Amino acid sequence: MNLSNIFLFVGLPYAALLLFVVGTTQRYRNKGFKVSSLSSQFLEGKSLFWGTVPFHFGILVVAGGHLTAFLIPRAVLAWNGDPLRLMILQITAFSFGLSTLVGLIALLARRLTNTRVKMVTTRMDLFLEVLLLAQVVLGLWVALGYRWGSSWFAADLSPYLWSLFKADPNITAVAAMPLPIQLHIIGAFLIVAIFPFTRLVHLLVAPLHYLNRPYQRVMWNWDRRAIRDPATPWSKTRPKNN
Amino acid sequence: MDIRAQISMVFHLDKCIGCHTCSIACKNIWTDRKGAEYQWWNNVETKPGTGYPQKWEDQDIYKGGWYKDTDGRIHLKGAGKKKGLLNIFHNPSMPTVDDYYEPFTYNYLNLVEAPAGDDQPTARPVSLITGEPMDVKMGPNWDDDLSGTPDYARNDPNMAALSAAERDAMFQLERMAFFYLPRICNHCLNPGCVASCPSGAIYKRGEDGIVLINQKVCRAWRMCVTACPYKKSYYNWHTGKSEKCILCFPRMEAGYAPACMHSCVGRIRYIGVLLYDADKIEATASADEKDLVGKHLEILMDPFDDRVIRSAKANGVPDSTIKAAQNSPTYKFIKEWGMALPLHPEFRTLPMLWYVPPLLPVMASVKDTDGAQKDKLNPIAKTWSDNWLYDTSTEELWGTVEQARMPLKYLASLFSAGDTTLVSDRLKRLMAVRIYRRWKTVGDVSEEKMSRVLKETGLTQEAAEGIFYLTALAKFNDRFVIPPAHREQAMEMIEFTGDVKGNTGFGFREAPSRGM
Ligand code: SF4
Ligand code: SF4
Repeated sequence: MNLSNIFLFVGLPYAALLLFVVGTTQRYRNKGFKVSSLSSQFLEGKSLFWGTVPFHFGILVVAGGHLTAFLIPRAVLAWNGDPLRLMILQITAFSFGLSTLVGLIALLARRLTNTRVKMVTTRMDLFLEVLLLAQVVLGLWVALGYRWGSSWFAADLSPYLWSLFKADPNITAVAAMPLPIQLHIIGAFLIVAIFPFTRLVHLLVAPLHYLNRPYQRVMWNWDRRAIRDPATPWSKTRPKNN
Repeated sequence: MDIRAQISMVFHLDKCIGCHTCSIACKNIWTDRKGAEYQWWNNVETKPGTGYPQKWEDQDIYKGGWYKDTDGRIHLKGAGKKKGLLNIFHNPSMPTVDDYYEPFTYNYLNLVEAPAGDDQPTARPVSLITGEPMDVKMGPNWDDDLSGTPDYARNDPNMAALSAAERDAMFQLERMAFFYLPRICNHCLNPGCVASCPSGAIYKRGEDGIVLINQKVCRAWRMCVTACPYKKSYYNWHTGKSEKCILCFPRMEAGYAPACMHSCVGRIRYIGVLLYDADKIEATASADEKDLVGKHLEILMDPFDDRVIRSAKANGVPDSTIKAAQNSPTYKFIKEWGMALPLHPEFRTLPMLWYVPPLLPVMASVKDTDGAQKDKLNPIAKTWSDNWLYDTSTEELWGTVEQARMPLKYLASLFSAGDTTLVSDRLKRLMAVRIYRRWKTVGDVSEEKMSRVLKETGLTQEAAEGIFYLTALAKFNDRFVIPPAHREQAMEMIEFTGDVKGNTGFGFREAPSRGM
């Protein structure tokens, strides 16, 4: 357990988490206007389709898989007890990983070549895309080179991550992992760390609340019924902005 | 009954001269910004034409508005909870900048700064998106006055209502006719944009029905651009927010008409309050296509009816607004006189901008079937020397409406979901007012004929006089009846005004009481 391991697998994750929490709150409070992903579909729509759709559906499944193995490792291990089911899981995960890769390459190519899209591309967008690309390539490499990732992730890495959350870091397992896996883990922490400063923030405002609201929305400047009624005070809570 | 107030508009198309003053007034105030250059919250189209964005009326392409399903309920065509969320990463029916036009400016500086040379320096067009030199191939009113007819007017989606022969007849040089269609957001009662917004950023204001997008809540999901069948919600590519006509609400709250209406050279625009029954919105929007306009008219309530007034009051509608509704020019045009129709009611958003259909291109329709006028035809100008082209003689009362040069079916496809009687009713009333005024001022029409015409169109002499007044003479205060916004009351909901009582001047940032 040398110093650099402690830095990478204990220091980095905590620093990343801190940045994530402080950064996103700050961004939401001070730059709330910019909490979204600047869509460029208006400027170019056709090649976007071949990038964004495979990328998003791919990453949703892959990231969801990582999350499941982290949250309920035992269930994943039980599922993997049957080799056939293990194969199915691995192949599905890998194909969605490939779809993520294909999409990401298409997106990066589009950003680099389309003059209109270049106008709405920041350096951070490119940095993020390259970082994600590296992360996805590493992930696919790990999946190919170190078999049955879903099992060893659930068995070895999930306890490590949990130990971080319990503020009692145990890095023996990660420290013994092969280099590509370690790099993949470090990449993940880096992404968490820069999250608030990138377009990734749109993830936090995913519009799931749309599902349970009525379609039409009417808003009133004042309580329209109360205002006509002399018996009620217009405001129930005393405003605090003075 | 749940009575609410709505600011509604009427555009009198017979009077629009296609000057685009309205568009410029709007542009100068609201959309002269990066990312909004291409947006024309108010635009004026030549009809027939493909419009802006190209072919916006063709919902097979853009999937805007609502459709009625076999279960009798209405659903958004290209958005909504399921479709919207599934397509959130890539919206398949969203127009891109090329469907509008690439915004451009000219490199004027070159005129001043070009080094001396043999050639006159030029100001080349440059793209406002990329800054690169470009060839201008498209603009918001590219097909003005039927220019480029083969590419534009002939591709008008409303042409589908006509037979091939009727279509060809429309484009014979001698018969060509067109009119202008100014468009702004309709501030609909059943807005597709509001329903489609996954973030819930778009809302209708309860007090006046203005539909707004909260720029802070909008997260660039772009569903409203698809869901508005009129393509009146625009995506700002620079800020990543959608924007739309705000009906100049800051002006309205101060009692001024919106800039487009205020500046309208043809004085075609009217603004006024309508009281409507919010309980009936869903049923109205789901009516059968042939009943849509009728139901749409029914939902607008009589502002003099006691029950309506009582319900409005119970809902907090101020007396001043009810009074404005009783005095509303739009109520008169739409309900009282039955002169106006909504644009494309079949989109089922229940638009609150109504149009008086244009009579002039219809009247300019007389066929020279018997050759009697042959020698009077100027072969170059293709007009008849005795004003045959705009024949206002009244020999055959409704003949001209029926054998219109601008086919009624075309107008019906625009304004009444295909029902030609609704359109011809309105046109006949326009004609009746002309005949009435001719009887009154010129005197070459017999009284008996005038009364017959009024009777057939269901108008009284007072009504005809009222229509004439509002059409031809009305001043600002007659055309724009804007209720006070009562922001002073709204203010008290946000801020307790008693807080600053006892403070000096503009109040303190810190409470004045001292403990130390
Ligand atoms: S016209 Fe379009 S943008 Fe305006 S309220 Fe209707 S649906 Fe919304
Ligand atoms: S300003 Fe008035 S007359 Fe001129 S184009 Fe606009 S609506 Fe028509």
